[in-house]
Order: sequence, then structure tokens, then C-alpha cells
Amino acid sequence: MNLILHVWRQAGANAAGRFERYEARDVSADMSFLEMLDVVNEGLIANGQEPIAFDHDCREGICGMCGMMINGTAHGPMKMTTTCQLHMRSFKDGDELWIEPWRARAFQVVKDLVVDRSAFDRIIQAGGFVSVNTGAPQDANAIPISKQVADDAMDAAACIGCGACVAACPNGSASLFTAAKVSHLGLLPQGQPERYRRALKMVAQMDLEDFGHCTLFGECQEACPKGISIDFIARMNHDYLRAVATQREETAAGGTG
Amino acid sequence: MSWFVNLYRSTIGKKIIMAVTGLIGIGFVLVHMLGNLQVFIGQDKFDAYAAMLHGPLAEVVWGLRIVLIVAVVLHVLMAWQLTQRARAARPVDYRMREPQVSTWASRTMRWGGVLLLVFIVFHILHFTVGVIDPAHAFHETDALGRHDIYGDVVASFRIWWVSAFYIVAMIFLGLHLFHGAWSSLRTLGVAHPSAHPLKRRISAAIAIIVWLGFTLVPLGVIAGIVH
Repeated sequence: MNLILHVWRQAGANAAGRFERYEARDVSADMSFLEMLDVVNEGLIANGQEPIAFDHDCREGICGMCGMMINGTAHGPMKMTTTCQLHMRSFKDGDELWIEPWRARAFQVVKDLVVDRSAFDRIIQAGGFVSVNTGAPQDANAIPISKQVADDAMDAAACIGCGACVAACPNGSASLFTAAKVSHLGLLPQGQPERYRRALKMVAQMDLEDFGHCTLFGECQEACPKGISIDFIARMNHDYLRAVATQREETAAGGTG
Repeated sequence: MSWFVNLYRSTIGKKIIMAVTGLIGIGFVLVHMLGNLQVFIGQDKFDAYAAMLHGPLAEVVWGLRIVLIVAVVLHVLMAWQLTQRARAARPVDYRMREPQVSTWASRTMRWGGVLLLVFIVFHILHFTVGVIDPAHAFHETDALGRHDIYGDVVASFRIWWVSAFYIVAMIFLGLHLFHGAWSSLRTLGVAHPSAHPLKRRISAAIAIIVWLGFTLVPLGVIAGIVH
């Protein structure tokens, strides 16, 4: 099949960007979207032009590196799929595709379709961990966890941090990402001691990163390649509210023992 | 009090303020709607109800008014601040972004909210203060010498643009509640987890009841049932 691509080209963070028109010829329906771009890039390189820069790594839908807006939909038209796992059979001959990077103030464009998502890393650094030395792995069932809780925690932990939630959100909010990260530890017994402190710190960092707020449009849940539910946002809000209501200032009054 | 300042400064805190003030508003519109429906009982009942609110219950009504005014001011202020923040969060917009699941109700919250604010101001100036008096009926009294709000309602809604404005505003109120009633509980983190979190039967019921309850009054006047 033959496609017409309008790709956002931007030389650097502070450079002006624009759409460039490319023709992708003889595209196989079995190619992934990124393979199609690889082929277009081969052509560009052969002509001495700058290839289109895009993020990718595992190309099997689990690393969270790839991601672009394809005709106004994060990761393209297929639900619960990353761009690398989107295949060209989702398109038809003659389609015209508009390809844009994730757009958010917190995700500055590095080049073309590559954006800087280190804001997510800083949210994780603010509290997305369990700060105890866990030692050697325990026996799998040493800590009893109910199936429902284990399932919920796993659903939240499925977040690969691709940024599609921010990209699809009309407000540019990182609520779904932060909620998933707050919840997957907060649900489990190992994450309980820091549950409320974690919610406070991660939400505070999310706000510092200039993301928008959540208005529960639901677009993030639909865009998420892992199908993470907006119920986790309600859970994060609950943890955050409880944290604000119960937090006390840290003093030395606890004694030195 | 630093915890409150932190809450106020956070996006979730601002949303919590919007959710709480919004729920106060929902409670108010439900009571207001039930009061309005007495217009179908007749002039005597309706004018007596109005006289009760302005007579023996005046202090209670003023207390509620203060709560409502504070709620509306906070609701609008938070909406304004958060909207500015959302605008800033995406300085370069997409050429193309296709909404997938967001409802029309959710996408009209901001402009619909502005319309509702205009409506609220108009409505207070119209039926409460009487500064806007399109039917020239605000200062009429009924047979018992009471303020004849019933007559004012009938005369006002016989004017086509007054009825049209109220009916359109109530459509947006219904839409606002369809999204707001559902999302406020999620913002407060008290919504029950669901396999289909976008479904909202209770909100749909509240939206339809409020929309219909308010819209029946101008429709009743237009149809000649209330005269």
C-alpha cells in the first residue's frame, strides 16, 4: 500500500517545527508502524536527507519508549497497543496520516517525534519506591495478599510510562501515570508504611512539572496501551486527601531512642 | 494551617474544592427544583411557599445563600485557575486530536459553566431582585397581598426569549451535572471501583431529573397548563 505522511519535523527543543510531507511507497500490511517509518528513513538517508527521529527500544510493546500521535490518536487507531505493536494492516492504501509528537509543556520536544519524558522519572523519584532493604527474595507466599489486591496492583504496575495518557489528555495531565505509580505500591503490604507520604510527594512533584489537572474526560484510559483504569485516579485522590488530612509536621520529638 | 495552603495550591486540592462546592450546588438545585414544581399546584400554594421562604425562614434562607455564594465563588475561581493551568500545560496544540471517549458534557463544562454563571446572574436579577423585569410583573401582589411570584413566572415565561433562555440554560445545567455529579465523587476518591468507570447511571438520573424538573415550568406555561 502507499501512504502519505505528514510528519512533525523539529530540529531541536528551541527550533521552530513544521509538518513535512512524505510518501511511503510499497508498505507491507505486516510491517509495524515503526518499521514503516524505518523504511521511509532509509529512503531519506539514501537521498541525503535527515531521517525522522523517533523513540523506540524493545519494539514488543513493553518498554514504553515509543509513542506518537497518529491522526489525533495516541499510539494510533488500535486500542491497548503501543506504536511499535501497531501494524500497517490498521491502515488502508491511500491513507493520509498526520504524525505528531506528544505535546505537553512538561514533554519538551527533543527532536522531531522524540520528547523528553524525564518529568515522569522525577515523579517516580519523589516517592515511587519502597525505601527498605528487602534482602533476599522471600518465599512467594510468605506475605498473604488477596487475589483482588494482587490483581489491582498488577493492573496499576502495568504502566510502562509511555506518556500516552498525558498526550491524549485535553488538559495535558499526568494524573493517570501518577495514579498508577501511587497505587501499585500503595495497594501492596510492602508499600503501606509510605502509602500516604508517597501520595503527597508524588502529587506535589506532578504539580511541579507543569502538567495540567484531571477533569476525568476519560481519554487517558482509552489511550493507555495497558488499559489502566481511571479508577486509580480516584484512588490517588483518596490517598492524597487522606494524606493531607492526617499528615503532621516532622519534628525531633519522636526522640532518639 | 500549612496543610490547607498545600491542599489549596495542589491541582487535586483545587479539584476537591470544585467537587465539594459542586455537590453543594447539586443539593441546592434538587431542593430548588422541588420548590419550583409547586407552581403546578397553583397560585395560592406557590405564593405561600415564596412568602414562607421570605418570612419565617428568612434567616435560614440567608444562611444558605451565604453558603451558596461562597460555593459559587470558589467553584468559579478554581475553574478559572485550573483552566489557565491546563492551557499552559500544552503551549503548542495538536494539529489533530480526536476525542475518543470523552462525553460532549465533559467537553462543554467550561463554556457551559460560563453560560450557567450568566444564567445565574440573570435569574437572580429576574426573579429574586426584580432588576430585570421583562414582564413588568415583579411588583404585583396576589389577592392576599403577597408578592405574586406565580404571576411573574407565568407572565415571564409567556415571553418567548425568556423561556428560550431558561430552557437552553437548563440543557447546559443537565449536561454540567451529568459530568459533574459523576466526576466529583471520583475527585473525592469515594466512587466505587468499577469495571466500566465511565458508566454513570446515577449521574444520568440526577441530570435528567434536574433538567426535566426545571424545564417543566416554562413548558407548562407555554402549554397553558400553568396560567
